[in-house]
Amino acid sequence: MSQDHSLNPETMPNEPEKATLEGKNKFLGLWFFLGGETVLFASLFGTYLALRNSAADGPTSEELFGLGLVFLMTILLLTSSLTSVYAMYHMKNNNFKKMQVWLGITALLGIAFLTCEIYEFTHYITEYGFTFRSSAFGSAFYTLVGFHGGHVTFGLFWLIGLMIRNAKRGLNLYNAPKFNTFSLYWHFIDVVWVFIFTVVYLMGKVG
Amino acid sequence: MTDNTNTNQIDPFQKQKNKEELKKHLISFALMIVFTVIAFVIVASESMEKMFVIPLIIIMAVVQVGFQFYYFMHLKERGHEMPAVMIYGGVWCALLTLAALGVITWW
Repeated sequence: MSQDHSLNPETMPNEPEKATLEGKNKFLGLWFFLGGETVLFASLFGTYLALRNSAADGPTSEELFGLGLVFLMTILLLTSSLTSVYAMYHMKNNNFKKMQVWLGITALLGIAFLTCEIYEFTHYITEYGFTFRSSAFGSAFYTLVGFHGGHVTFGLFWLIGLMIRNAKRGLNLYNAPKFNTFSLYWHFIDVVWVFIFTVVYLMGKVG
Repeated sequence: MTDNTNTNQIDPFQKQKNKEELKKHLISFALMIVFTVIAFVIVASESMEKMFVIPLIIIMAVVQVGFQFYYFMHLKERGHEMPAVMIYGGVWCALLTLAALGVITWW
């Protein structure tokens, strides 16, 4: 790496994330992946919509959901989307330290979101006895929301991995595309959450 | 090694452009928060009929997602034709999936 000056130019190009062929490919590849993810989540949403009233004798969505916690989770994830925008802003201005700081804040917000979700699930299981096996509604709920939580977890490992691996390397044309693909993925996770809080929680409260 | 990367060598024009871009992002973030708050308030206050609430909150979710895609994920910028094809291809498949699952459930 250290001999490769084409990846460490004196002046950074305007869009470091798309300045190399590899960067362009990563960018396109991630969007292709997101197209597929859309279909994956659509089938989970479709399943949930079909089964959301099949609560058997278990608790229903109106009894379970509390809007306060969901609102907090929404704000946490939405804010983490903005902080990753800030990180990409500093990447474009070639300011590695500030980018790392904002990515760190993004990771903390993601961890806070995940903590809320784990609390929520334990609350449902211990207080209401509402598990994956309670009813068709239970299975569909935990699959959909759990899949999203799994994506958040994966994103956190990805982000922390990127931050640690590149901590000493600084910003260059080799890793700028990596940070950029992560940020696109993270925004997409927020997109999915927007539909989850609308379709699962708000519609669940309306009935 | 990579010791020349924290020098902020970026031309002032580009820097200004990035700054204006960030301002737009802040505005779209504020709008997203507003949409979220409205959706939660409508549901929490139970002031509207179910028939109106559900379409309304879904429309607000779609608008919010539009902000995410076009501003936060830069879909509105030049050179995003292929990403748009891919994501709209995904959205099209998603709508078909939802329609199919809806039809076999409620028809």
